[in-house]
Amino acid sequence: MTLGALYFYACAALALAGALSVVIAKSPIRGAMGLLLLILSIAGLFLALHAQFLAAIQLIVYAGAIVVLFLFVIMLLGPSASTPHDRRGIFARTLGGGLFGLLGLGSIWAVVRASTGHMSMRLPEPAYGGIDAFGSVLFADALVPFELSSALLMVAVVGALAVARGRQGLASPSKGESDIIRESREEGP
Amino acid sequence: MIPAESYVVLSALLFVIGGIGFLVRRNVLVTLMSIEIMLNAANLALVAFNRVRFDPSAGQAFQGPSHTGQLFAFFIIGAEAAEVAVGLAIVLSLYRLRQTVRSDEADLLRN
Repeated sequence: MTLGALYFYACAALALAGALSVVIAKSPIRGAMGLLLLILSIAGLFLALHAQFLAAIQLIVYAGAIVVLFLFVIMLLGPSASTPHDRRGIFARTLGGGLFGLLGLGSIWAVVRASTGHMSMRLPEPAYGGIDAFGSVLFADALVPFELSSALLMVAVVGALAVARGRQGLASPSKGESDIIRESREEGP
Repeated sequence: MIPAESYVVLSALLFVIGGIGFLVRRNVLVTLMSIEIMLNAANLALVAFNRVRFDPSAGQAFQGPSHTGQLFAFFIIGAEAAEVAVGLAIVLSLYRLRQTVRSDEADLLRN
C-alpha cells in the first residue's frame, strides 16, 4: 500500500466517523465536533485531489465560520438544544431512513460493480488547483455567477437579521413589553 | 494511485449517511448538520470528477486544465454559508416561539 493510498484511507475513515457521529450523537455539540472532523478530513482529501485553494476555503468557511455559527447557536440555546428521545413517528422515520439507505447502498453497489478501476487521475501540472489558476478561471469564466453569489450572501445576511431579530420596537409589543409600557405610563405625568 | 471510483464511493457513503440523518433525526440542528454532510459529499464527488476530466489521455478536446468541478464546489460552499445563516436564524426564531428545537413542533402553518 503506497503512502497516497494510506492517506486516502485514513482521511476516508475519519470522514465516515465524523459523519456517523453527527447522525448518532445525542447532544448537538458532539454532532458539531463530528461535523468539524468530517470537514477537516474532506479538506485533506481536497489536498490529495490537487484542489489546494478549495481546501483552504473549506477550512476557512466551513471550519472557521459555519461550525462556529453552529456552536454559537447551540450555546445560545443552552440545554434545550438537545431534544429528548421520543417514540412518536418512529416507524415512519425508520422506514424512510431505511429505504433511503437501501437505495443508496444499492446504487453504490452498482457503481462498484460497473467500475473498471481505470478512471485514474494523472499528476496535473503544479499550478493546477492553486490560487493563481483557480482565480484566473473564476474571474474569467465564472464572473457572473461569482457576482450573483455575492448578491445571494447579501440577501442571506439581511434575511437572517430580519428573521432572527424578532419583534422590535413598540409598534407590536409582546405581553411583557406592554406591561412595562403601562407601568412607565402610570409612573409618568 | 487511488482511482476516482474510490472517491465516488466514499462520497456516496457520506451522502447516504447524511440523508439517513436528515430523515431520521428530529432535532433541527442535527438536520441542518446532515444537510451539510450531504453537500460536502457532493463537493467531494465534483472535485474528484474534475481530476478525471483533466486527464489528457481521456481526449484531446480539452485544452489546458479545467477547473469546472472546483468552480461548482466553490459556489456550493458559498450557497451553503447562506443556507446555514438563514437556517440557524429560523431555528432561533422557532425557539423563541415554541421553546423547542424539534422539527415536528414547527406546525404553525397547520390548518
